[in-house]
Amino acid sequence: MELSGSEIIIQFLKDEGVKHLFGYPGGAVLHIYDALQKQDDVEHILVRHEQGATHAADGYARATGKPGVCLVTSGPGATNAITGIATAYMDSIPLVVLTGQVPSHAIGSDAFQEVDAVGVSRPCVKHNFLVKDLNKLAETLKKAFYVATTGRPGPVVVDIPKDITAPHIKIPYQYPEKIELRSYNPNFKGHPRQIKRAVELILNAKRPMIYTGGGIILDNASEELRNFVRKLGYPITQTLMGLGAFPGTDPHFIGMLGMHGTYEANMAMHECDVLICIGARFDDRITGVTSKFCPYAQVIHIDIDPASISKTINADIPIVGGAKQVLVELIKQLDQTELKVDKKALDAWWKTIKSWQSQNSFAYEQKKGLIQPQAAIEELYKVTNGDAYITSDVGQHQMYAAQFYHFDEPRRWINSGGLGTMGFGLPAAMGVKLAFPDKDVACVTGEGSIQMCIQELSTCLQYDLPVKIINLNNRYLGMVRQWQEFFYEKRYSHVYMDSLPDFVKLAEAYGHVGILVENPDDLHDAMVEAFKLKDRTVFLDIITDQEANVYPMISAGKAHNEMDISPLQQKVQASLKAKGELV
Amino acid sequence: MRHIISLLVENEAGALSRISGLFSARGYNIESLTVATTEDHTLSRMTIITTGSDRIIEQITKQLNKLVDVVKLQDFTEGNFIEREMMFVKVKADGESQRAEVKRLSDIFRARIIDVTDTTFCIELTGAGDKLDAYIKAMHENNIVEVVRSGSMGIMRGEKALTL
Ligand SMILES: Cc1cc2nc3c(=O)[nH]c(=O)nc-3n(C[C@H](O)[C@H](O)[C@H](O)COP(=O)(O)OP(=O)(O)OC[C@H]3O[C@@H](n4cnc5c(N)ncnc54)[C@H](O)[C@@H]3O)c2cc1C
Ligand SMILES: Cc1ncc(C[n+]2csc(CCOP(=O)(O)OP(=O)(O)O)c2C)c(N)n1
Ligand SMILES: [Mg+2]
Repeated sequence: MELSGSEIIIQFLKDEGVKHLFGYPGGAVLHIYDALQKQDDVEHILVRHEQGATHAADGYARATGKPGVCLVTSGPGATNAITGIATAYMDSIPLVVLTGQVPSHAIGSDAFQEVDAVGVSRPCVKHNFLVKDLNKLAETLKKAFYVATTGRPGPVVVDIPKDITAPHIKIPYQYPEKIELRSYNPNFKGHPRQIKRAVELILNAKRPMIYTGGGIILDNASEELRNFVRKLGYPITQTLMGLGAFPGTDPHFIGMLGMHGTYEANMAMHECDVLICIGARFDDRITGVTSKFCPYAQVIHIDIDPASISKTINADIPIVGGAKQVLVELIKQLDQTELKVDKKALDAWWKTIKSWQSQNSFAYEQKKGLIQPQAAIEELYKVTNGDAYITSDVGQHQMYAAQFYHFDEPRRWINSGGLGTMGFGLPAAMGVKLAFPDKDVACVTGEGSIQMCIQELSTCLQYDLPVKIINLNNRYLGMVRQWQEFFYEKRYSHVYMDSLPDFVKLAEAYGHVGILVENPDDLHDAMVEAFKLKDRTVFLDIITDQEANVYPMISAGKAHNEMDISPLQQKVQASLKAKGELV
Repeated sequence: MRHIISLLVENEAGALSRISGLFSARGYNIESLTVATTEDHTLSRMTIITTGSDRIIEQITKQLNKLVDVVKLQDFTEGNFIEREMMFVKVKADGESQRAEVKRLSDIFRARIIDVTDTTFCIELTGAGDKLDAYIKAMHENNIVEVVRSGSMGIMRGEKALTL
């Protein structure tokens, strides 16, 4: 088969099983767009901003486990894509981003719309390529998909000069089935002896704690994790990125940990004597000050990336390997060993944990006539039967969603954790809806974040992507306001959202349904209405309590056992302590 | 502590910037970096001298290994290795006594004079970094016109080798 570079790209994507391509055209990719127009195996989604393309592809990847694919033009197209590429990089999401480049002979001449895409993207990609030879195009694309999806996944950029895609230059094409890179070997298998040592430590624990993260979801290891936890009967906490891998409603799960995690999860982290970490990276949002982190614990750390291990917290038993493979091996060895779980110690440990749980650290105060943001998420959870795909933006609303939507399945909770990118939620929801047209997909957002990629409402209409936008409108850059309230004596500096648009009219202008909810009594009906309108994008503008804060919270420099709890909680804690019911 | 790390890297455009970019992005020290192709033209050999605590060095080697262009890596510091650096020094050599003095000093250091004019000598010297430092120190500062150092390169002693 003789194909041009542009045709090779399209044919390769088909052969690679890519169904959707998120993109935006421009001069450097005109040849590719011409080839796209002549076929309909790969569906192109025209976004309204290249950032939207990368987030949509990212949402698609997080929800399906398949790589997300984008196509953007040179110069501004490539730079607009950078935020989305960095977002995917920080959360280890497989993306392949094709960027057009000026013709080879013009590279380096400050040509029209020239930017060094390989150089600009280098610090936020897993790897990138500049295609210099048409004969290497197919092989390079294969390498890109291989690198993006294996080992610790991540985004890969392929920069393609315009002359490489010229329609009149044709070469033989064959899909490269397999590729090998001598410099890249992503297949790590946990060392059997280390796993044996881990099993011994796990079974010797008196106060064990399992702490898992995004690695479980990336490796599709939920089933194995569930078996592992239930076999041991140990408590488990998950990071923001790990939610859903282990069911949020299972009693072994004691809530998210870290800055806005539950009181019990953080207390258990502080007091545990053995910490079993699988596919999490001891991020600073969860460790707080490292010197005070888990002072009594021996740490087992299982991760596919050797660089994650002992990066911030020293691992006593490091195991480099895929989460799934190591869990299978751990379960096998647990079945074979003579050692037993220390039942008595475990019962006592659970008793302590239950006493921490009894104070219900997420409880919040109702105020008459005001919608509490937490209540809106609780309503969302009820109305969708806990079965929706929830994307989110960044801020207080993100934390409320993580705290109050109890994800029972992996890949249902889709948010930007590592980079914390406002503007992620809506385009990500589009990507999810495209993958799962029959599922409920909601984007939990704030009036600040939604305005960062609101143009994608137009894409939702064009491609019939009826997502629900749950806008927790507190008229503040709430998360920033909260920090200014706590740490800057309420000096609110540039966090007030003045001159907000009328979101209902805005949604209508984009051809969608807008519903304003101001009264707590209307919340339920509005939510039901929004999800009843199956084939419409609905913008629920929910006016929430302006001054609501996210609790509990670990402030800078504090340890897990030094959480700040809400004023309501302080009362509850005092009364529990008075009754001697709190350890 | 000072570490000498040797790498085999794909001889691709951009490989060097990935490595130097890693050091600057993560705030690692870099004392010197040398690079050139090997007998296999698809590979470059690189020697990096860096300093840091054990934890940082561990991260440096892990992060370097993670780069897709890095084929193989070894931290020589623990083992038995040879380290050499090359230097050119251009010195003022005016008049008999100064010329004799430079020549005498160069002999002591086993340096070679490789270019001569009426007023200057150009000297080539190879050795470990501290030997080069000592030469510069011994040579009166006012006499030095220009110094060019290659940065260190290293190789393991004995049969051990960093190859594919
Ligand atoms: C406003 C805000 C507040 C936040 N507050 C919190 C908070 O309170 N609590 C919290 O937890 N987070 C919070 N975060 C998120 C935080 O910033 C980090 O993104 C998150 O904690 C990292 O999660 P993780 O450790 O699971 O790592 P991820 O980023 O998901 O990394 C996954 C890890 O798994 C490894 N891995 C990948 N593939 C595999 C595999 N196949 N097998 C084994 N391992 C694998 C990777 O190497 C990596 O080490 C917050 C973020 C924002 C924006
Ligand atoms: C692109 C970007 N810019 C700035 C920030 C810093 N930031 C984090 S949360 C936040 C406020 C978000 O406001 P809003 O979307 O209204 O959410 P709320 O906290 O009010 O729920 C800001 C500005 C960010 N995370 N991302
Ligand atoms: Mg807000």
